[in-house]
Amino acid sequence: MKKHVFIIGGGVAGAEAASQLVKMGFDVTLAEKETQIGGKLNQWDRLFPSKRKAAEVLDFINKNLVDSKARVLFNTEISKISKQNGGYKIYAGIEECTADAILISTGYDVFNARIKEEYGYGIYENVITSVDLEEMFRNGNKIFNSNKEEPKRIGFVHCVGSRDEKVGNHYCSQVCCVTAVKQAMEVKEILPRAEVYCFYMDLRMFGLQFEDLYRESQEKWGVNFIRGRVSEAAENIDGTILIKVEDTLAGRPLKMKVDLLVLMVGFVPSAGTTEIGKMLNLDLTPENFLKPADEHLDTSSTNLKGVFIAGTCKSPKTIADTFADARAATLKIKEFLEGSEK
Amino acid sequence: MNSFDIFVLPFAIGLYTLLIVFFAKVFDWIKHLPVGDRRKIGRGIRSRKLFGVVKEIFLESLIHRRIFKVNPLLGYMHMSLAFGWFLLIVLGAAESKIYGRDLLNTPWDPIFFKYFKHDTNEFHSAFFNFTMDFLLLFVLSGVFLAYLKRIYARLFGLKKTTKHIFFDRLAIISLWLIFPLRLLAESLTSGIYHNGGFLTDGLGSFLAGFMPVGHLEYTAWWLYSLSVGAFFVALPYSRYMHIPTEILLIAMRRFGIKTTTTFTNFSQIEVYSCPRCGICIDKCQMTSALGNEKPASVYFLNTIRAQKVKPGLSFDCMICGRCEQYCPVGISLMNHRLVQRNKLISNGYNFQFLKNGIPEKARIAYYAGCMTHLTPSIEKAMIKILEKAGTDFVFIDKDGGACCGRPMMLSGNFEGAEKLIEFNRNNILKSCADILVTSCAICYKVFKSNYDLPLKVLHHSEFILELVKSGKININKSGLRAVYHDPCELGRGSKVYEEPRELLSHALELVSTGYDRENALCCGGSLGNIMLGYEEKNKINAAVWKEMMVNDPEMLVTACPLCKKTFNKNAPVPVRDIAEIIADAVQISPVKPNHQLAPEQIAG
Amino acid sequence: MNQDWGYGINKDRQIDFDRNDRRLAEYIRKYVPSYKLCISCGACTATCSTANLTDFYNIRRLNIFLMRGEIDEIAKHIDKCMFCGKCELVCPRGVNTRQVILIMKEGIKKIKQNEQL
Repeated sequence: MKKHVFIIGGGVAGAEAASQLVKMGFDVTLAEKETQIGGKLNQWDRLFPSKRKAAEVLDFINKNLVDSKARVLFNTEISKISKQNGGYKIYAGIEECTADAILISTGYDVFNARIKEEYGYGIYENVITSVDLEEMFRNGNKIFNSNKEEPKRIGFVHCVGSRDEKVGNHYCSQVCCVTAVKQAMEVKEILPRAEVYCFYMDLRMFGLQFEDLYRESQEKWGVNFIRGRVSEAAENIDGTILIKVEDTLAGRPLKMKVDLLVLMVGFVPSAGTTEIGKMLNLDLTPENFLKPADEHLDTSSTNLKGVFIAGTCKSPKTIADTFADARAATLKIKEFLEGSEK
Repeated sequence: MNSFDIFVLPFAIGLYTLLIVFFAKVFDWIKHLPVGDRRKIGRGIRSRKLFGVVKEIFLESLIHRRIFKVNPLLGYMHMSLAFGWFLLIVLGAAESKIYGRDLLNTPWDPIFFKYFKHDTNEFHSAFFNFTMDFLLLFVLSGVFLAYLKRIYARLFGLKKTTKHIFFDRLAIISLWLIFPLRLLAESLTSGIYHNGGFLTDGLGSFLAGFMPVGHLEYTAWWLYSLSVGAFFVALPYSRYMHIPTEILLIAMRRFGIKTTTTFTNFSQIEVYSCPRCGICIDKCQMTSALGNEKPASVYFLNTIRAQKVKPGLSFDCMICGRCEQYCPVGISLMNHRLVQRNKLISNGYNFQFLKNGIPEKARIAYYAGCMTHLTPSIEKAMIKILEKAGTDFVFIDKDGGACCGRPMMLSGNFEGAEKLIEFNRNNILKSCADILVTSCAICYKVFKSNYDLPLKVLHHSEFILELVKSGKININKSGLRAVYHDPCELGRGSKVYEEPRELLSHALELVSTGYDRENALCCGGSLGNIMLGYEEKNKINAAVWKEMMVNDPEMLVTACPLCKKTFNKNAPVPVRDIAEIIADAVQISPVKPNHQLAPEQIAG
Repeated sequence: MNQDWGYGINKDRQIDFDRNDRRLAEYIRKYVPSYKLCISCGACTATCSTANLTDFYNIRRLNIFLMRGEIDEIAKHIDKCMFCGKCELVCPRGVNTRQVILIMKEGIKKIKQNEQL
């Protein structure tokens, strides 16, 4: 009889793992709480570093998933998981499934920028997040401020909800720096005359071509970089945003009026990740992501036998890393299921 | 009547030592009191305030009313010891004077009365015998409770009890022995001569049945005298110095003397009035949340009395005022902390870089405060309310400005704070406003207490309540269940407890916690504590959250931007300011009828 | 005695790391451990009321000067702090900035009075 793998979360990691596991010869059920596959990727327009359309990647995983004929349950949330005969019994929506292994790929949420109240998200209309900007790109590259005018000056604030003890997230979300650079260039593409400023603490361009993007943004697009953490934003009567920052390289405080302020929101474990973690009593990292069995040697297993993790439920990741991680998890699951037959 | 034996000497020496040491101290305190304070005493003694003094001394020093409020059993323990002993002394003195027919008898006559007076068969002896025994029993019940408290403090509502210094231990041991020894001595004597009341004679007869009471009597009286003597000698160097000193304290406080910005001899009297009861230890969140008892006020006053103040300890206090609120002696503990800080801080900067602005003129001056600039939702809500109510207002610190001075004051730098106060005060006056409204509880406290402004100062919760009451804004009520957190500076600091609650009750359902009003906890974000690190503040805040959530509220509402910021980090439910709640609940005024027809109406 | 003889022995512009007095930095590191966490992001200076009102005050830069042992520079400006605590609220690393200022003042006072730190 075919072994059955139950996957929770149909984002990039879950969908990719599903089709790979079917190829390996397992029975796969994928539960997704939304009505479509792809998770947060649906919110992005283009991806760094090549600015390829996110839709291309979505098509790829969707096609693979359909071709694999894995069983997909949409609009389905997990209410309970219990142990049963060495495997697990999962209460998914109205269904009850048994599985020999579970893969958790419940992903991340973006940081709720309202918590960082001093930046004014949800208070001032012209303060938006990187996700909101991405939506503007998807809706036909139209960037307007609240007065329906094209902004003349746009500021990007790095590390919103990342590297910040005061909101409880002391870690770096990895992808926001390069995303800011990508978005800054896209803004310049759409509004060539606009001034774009990035306010950063450190620019963490860790990927192979990320530094090139940074360079391109300076060279080709004239994006400006100011080293300093924005302390607060205030609203002028005309709706423009006044930000306060220290230009740490000049050693003096600086104030600047911008027409649109974009907050580069970081990664936090998604509500689903936290919930499943609690349900199964999984070990968590100090950052409240799901903790792998071994940080180097086994990053796909958990403290629970037969429960595996993949994607951004265990740490912030790029799309490329998420794919690699999902595939790594499938190998680990295969090893586990075939080992248990002997 | 022969009334001398060598065993009275320990008692007599103890008593005279005590009197000499105490009055020398009193003389020194009064002599070096600031002139103004001495005048206040002079005037006070000749005024009707004296009746108040007597009343308070009776209620606090003898009955211990404030301790009753903290815990009735603890109150009874203190009352039985203090009031019981007081009555024993008074009645004992009367008894010895009546029998001896001598108004100037020796001070030990009443103490050792039963030893010297065996034939108590006069007509009033039944009364005295009964009453004195009854009082002794009353005191002994207190002593018994005191033993019990050492073993099981929780019964008295205390989680922690004070750790004592050497003289305290000496005094407490002798105090614990005095009354049991008195019982023993009087009983043994009564066992021989039957001159006691129901208690001592009963016990005496019982003991005489199997003990050589005649041989033991003399030793018991010796031990009794020794214990009283030891207590008296230790008293001025122990916590029991509070017994005589508190009387002075009550009188001087009633005459209007305070500890404000300098350490005067009145402050010294306050320090000596600390009974080290330890009520402040439990109230201190540094103890309850961080397990650090050292900063508790009782130990801090100890260091002042021993003249060994550590800078770290002076600055390691949130100035939340919980200890002061519950101090049974009413010592101004917060000011003591600030005064010690003041001694350590360098002063004298004049902030010459502050440039006076020219604010617009309006009837209402709105001062958001530094912290409110970091919580723009409060600012925006206030502007919305001010506009909705159609008030004539000016936002005087819209572009930031100088700090109100309260944080500087909390750091002990009173002189620096004075400069900031002067600067801001001028700016406020220039706006020619009748009302100053602030959104920050910290600013509010200093505006009220130190600015001496000739205009009405209102916290935004009070101001909005006035708007609601006068019908300038109408509020929709929702069924949301919220808990209100009293900010320290607004609640205990400025005694504004009811206005925010009344205002909120117009907009939502208030849920109580075990920590409301005077008993409110500090959120942990305190500007008062300069030593606490971020992690520790967080720990305190997490502990407060636990208490706030006991009745499952759906939201936490507060009235201070710093509290809001502090609560936000660990929030299990949304945290909002009272102004935000009202701004959201304000009824949209009925839309004026529009005579233009809508397109669908034309089509129809 | 620092005497200028007019022969171009101008004071060097460099931070003389080996010569500078870094006792104060060590003193503060000891009493305010969180002080070591500063990443010079500048949020403290950005929000600081004093820094916005006077050209010469910069709390982040004071920290840097302190670490390098440039005590004179600190002593000139430290008293301008109004203690309002906004810097502490915006600090992403949770540095107890008010305590840093307090201990700095105390340390400078001790150094001036030739007391041992």
